[in-house]
Amino acid sequence: MAGLKLTDVAKAYGEVKVLSNINLDISPGELIVFVGPSGCGKSTLLRMIAGLEKITGGTLEIDGVRVNDVPPAQRGIAMVFQSYALYPHMTVRDNMSFALRLAGKSQAEIDAAVEKAARALQLGPYLDRLPKALSGGQRQRVAIGRAIVRDPKVYLFDEPLSNLDAALRVATRIEIAQLKEAMPDRTMIYVTHDQVEAMTLASRIVVLAGGGISQVGTPLELYERPENEFVAQFIGSPAMNLFKGEITGTGTATAVRLAGGGTAVSAVPTRDGEQGLRVNVGVRPEDLVPTDDAAFLYQGTVDYTEALGEVTILYFHAEPGETAVIAKLPGIHADLRGRNVRLKADPRKVHLFSNGKSLLYRK
Amino acid sequence: MNPALQGLITIVVGVGGCVAYYYFSNQLLDKVLFPARGPEAGRNINRANMIRPWLFLFPALFALGLYLAYPVFETLRLSLTQRLPGGGSEWVGLQNYRNMLGEPKFWEALRNNMLWLIVVPAASTAFGLLAAQLTDRIRWGNIAKSLIFMPMAISFVGASVIFKLIYDTRAADQPQIGVLNALWLQFEGGFWSLVFLKIVPALILLAFAAIVAWVAWIFVRPMFKTGEPTGFWTVPLRLFVAGAAIYLIFLSLRSIVNIFGAELPYGQPQTWLTIPFWNNFFLMVVLIWIQTGFAMVILSAALRGVPEDTVEAAIVDGANPFQIFFRIKVPQIMPTIVVVWTTITIVVLKVFDIVFAMTNGQWETQVLANYMYDKLFRANDWGIGSAAAMVIMLLVTPILVWNVWNARRELR
Ligand SMILES: Nc1ncnc2c1ncn2[C@@H]1O[C@H](COP(=O)(O)OP(=O)(O)OP(=O)(O)O)[C@@H](O)[C@H]1O
Ligand SMILES: [Mg+2]
Repeated sequence: MAGLKLTDVAKAYGEVKVLSNINLDISPGELIVFVGPSGCGKSTLLRMIAGLEKITGGTLEIDGVRVNDVPPAQRGIAMVFQSYALYPHMTVRDNMSFALRLAGKSQAEIDAAVEKAARALQLGPYLDRLPKALSGGQRQRVAIGRAIVRDPKVYLFDEPLSNLDAALRVATRIEIAQLKEAMPDRTMIYVTHDQVEAMTLASRIVVLAGGGISQVGTPLELYERPENEFVAQFIGSPAMNLFKGEITGTGTATAVRLAGGGTAVSAVPTRDGEQGLRVNVGVRPEDLVPTDDAAFLYQGTVDYTEALGEVTILYFHAEPGETAVIAKLPGIHADLRGRNVRLKADPRKVHLFSNGKSLLYRK
Repeated sequence: MNPALQGLITIVVGVGGCVAYYYFSNQLLDKVLFPARGPEAGRNINRANMIRPWLFLFPALFALGLYLAYPVFETLRLSLTQRLPGGGSEWVGLQNYRNMLGEPKFWEALRNNMLWLIVVPAASTAFGLLAAQLTDRIRWGNIAKSLIFMPMAISFVGASVIFKLIYDTRAADQPQIGVLNALWLQFEGGFWSLVFLKIVPALILLAFAAIVAWVAWIFVRPMFKTGEPTGFWTVPLRLFVAGAAIYLIFLSLRSIVNIFGAELPYGQPQTWLTIPFWNNFFLMVVLIWIQTGFAMVILSAALRGVPEDTVEAAIVDGANPFQIFFRIKVPQIMPTIVVVWTTITIVVLKVFDIVFAMTNGQWETQVLANYMYDKLFRANDWGIGSAAAMVIMLLVTPILVWNVWNARRELR
C-alpha cells in the first residue's frame, strides 16, 4: 500500500524550467496516467518519481515518507522503459532475477518469484533465451516481468507500448489492465501518448502542459467536464470544435450568438451582467447532429468525408488559416460530401470557455 | 639533387604510377580485351566485371606476396639450412631448432615474452578501461584523454629514451636526474616506506590475484552447469585456464611473501635496469604507457555505446556504481575488450624496439624478437635467427586468427 504525494515539485535544467508547481495526491492502488503533448515533461516527472532525475524543488513523498534524496532502489518503485532496457548479455531469467540477486535474496526465493512472474506473463519457454532472440512483444513482457519480480509498491511505465504494433499494443494493454486488477493495492503511474490507453487504463488522468498540471480527473471527468480549452481539445479524437461567440442570454442556461451566424444554447449557467462576454463555445465532433430546424449552431459545406464504417467523419469547409469544423455521425454518410449541412447540439454537451478556462469551474 | 626534391619526385612518380596503372589497365580491359561491342557484348561485359576486381587487387596482392608471403617461406627454408664457410649453404633439417632449444638465452627470452604477454595486455586493458570510465565522467575528461592518448604518437624507441632518463642513475653524492631514483632516495625505511614499498605492492598483487581468480571462475563456472551444450575441446581449455590461473595466483601470493621478507637498500641509488627479473617490469612500463592510450580510446567508444537505459534500469534495480560497471557495462563491451586485449597481445609478442633500445637483452631481459635480431644480424647465424622468427610467427598466428575472427564478429 503506497500513496504518493507531490508538493510543489519542480524541475529545472540550469536556467531552463521544465516543470513547476506540480501538486498531486495519488492514493494507494490507483492507476494514474500522465498525458500531454510531446516535450511537456511527462518522462521527466516520471523519472523524478523513480529517482533517476534530481528533484530541484518541492517534495515527493511515497507512503508518507519524503524520498527526494532516497536512491531509486530504496523507493520501492520499479520502472518499465519505453525501449525495454533489457540487459542484452543476460538471459531472460537473469534479467528478471538481477534485482533480487543484488538485494541478496536466496536462490529459492529468486526462483519462486521468477517462475511466478514468468507464468503470469507466459514467458516460461523463453527463460533461458537472450533478449535478442525475442520479439518486441516478448521483450516488453520481460521488462514488465522484471518489474513484477521485485514486487514494488509503485510501478512506473514510460510509454511501454509505443514500440509495439497496433494489434500487440491492444493485447499488451489488456494484459496490463489485468495485471493491475490482480494487484489492486499496487500503485501504477503510466505515461502515454495514446488516448485509448489513457482512457481505458486510468483511474485518473493527469494532463500535463506548459510545465504544469492542466487538469487531474477520471477519464470521464476530463471528457465531459474539461477545465480548460487545452484539456478539452487534447482529450477526445478528433479534437473538440471551438466556435467564437458572444453571450446573449444568461441564467441556468446560456445562449450564445456565434460568429458564423448560428446560436448555441449551453446548460452551463451564467450570471446576470455577463451578457456580451466573448466566449469560445466547445462542442465535440460526436455531439454535433444534423438538423433541419431554423435554429442551428453551425452550418457549412462538407468538404470531405471519411467513412470508417461505424461512423463517418465530416470535414467542413474552412477559409485558409481557420480550423475546419469536424462532425462525427453514426453510420455511413458519404453522400453528404459537397452538401450544405446544418448542425445542432444538446445543450448539456455544449462547453463554454472564457480566456481558455471553462465557465463551469469558475467561482 | 636535393633529397627533398628526390622525395617529392618519388611521391609523384609513385602516386602517378598507381593512378596510371588503375586507369590504363581498366581501359585495356574494357576497350581492348573485352570490348562491350559486337555480337558478344553482353558476355564481354560480364567477363570484364569478373576480371576487374583481380586487376585492381593485383598491386596489393603482389606487394603482399613479395614482402610478406615470400619471406615467410624463405625464412622457413633458411631455418632449415646452415651457412657454409666460404659461401653457399647446406640442408641441416631441424638442427638449428635443436641448437636453439639448447641455448639458455632462448629459454630466457621465451620466459620473458610470456611474462610480457601476461602483464602488458592485462595492465594496458585494465588501465585503459579505468581511464575510459573515469574520463567520461569528469568535465576535463577530454583533456585527460588527450594526455593519456599522446604516448601513442611517440615511437617505441623515443619512449624508451624517455624512460631511460627516468631510470637514470647518478652516484649517491650527486643530484639524481632520474625521476625514479630521486623518488627512491626519499624513502629511508620509515612508515611511508612501509606503506608505499610493501603494503601498496602487496595490495596490487592481491588485487591481481583476485582478478585472475574471478576471470578463471567465469571460465570454469559453465562446467558445473548441467544441461548446457559444450564442445569437446571446451573442457580441456577451461581446465587449462584454471591451471594457468592457479599458477598465477600462486606466483602473486609468493611474491607478496617475498616483498615482506625483502631487505630494501634504502638510501642507495639503484641501477634499475640491471636488477634481474624486476627490470623486465621496468621495460614493460614503457609499452603499457603507450598502449593504455590505445585501449582507452577504443574502450571509451565502446562504453559510450552501452545503452544509457540499461544503466538506468540497473540503478532502479539497486546496483551500485561498481556493480553497474562490472555487471552491466563491462559484459556489454566484452567483445571489444577481447579485441583490444588480443591486439595488444600481438604487439607484445613482437616487442623489439623497447628492449633493443633500453637493455639490448642484457641482465636477463631478452625477448624473442631481440634474440632473433641478435642471432640474425649480430652473430650472423641465419639458421638460428630464422628458427627464432618461425617461433615468433607460430606464437602470433593463432592469436591473430582469433583476433580477426573476433573483430569480424564485432562488425556483424
Ligand atoms: N538534460 C536536459 N537539459 C535541458 N532540457 C531538458 C533535458 N532533458 C529534457 N529536457 C527538456 O525537458 C522537457 C521535457 O522532456 P520530457 O522527456 O520529459 O518530455 P516528454 O513529455 O516525455 O515528451 P515525449 O512525449 O516526447 O516523450 C523537454 O522540453 C526537453 O527539451
Ligand atoms: Mg517521454
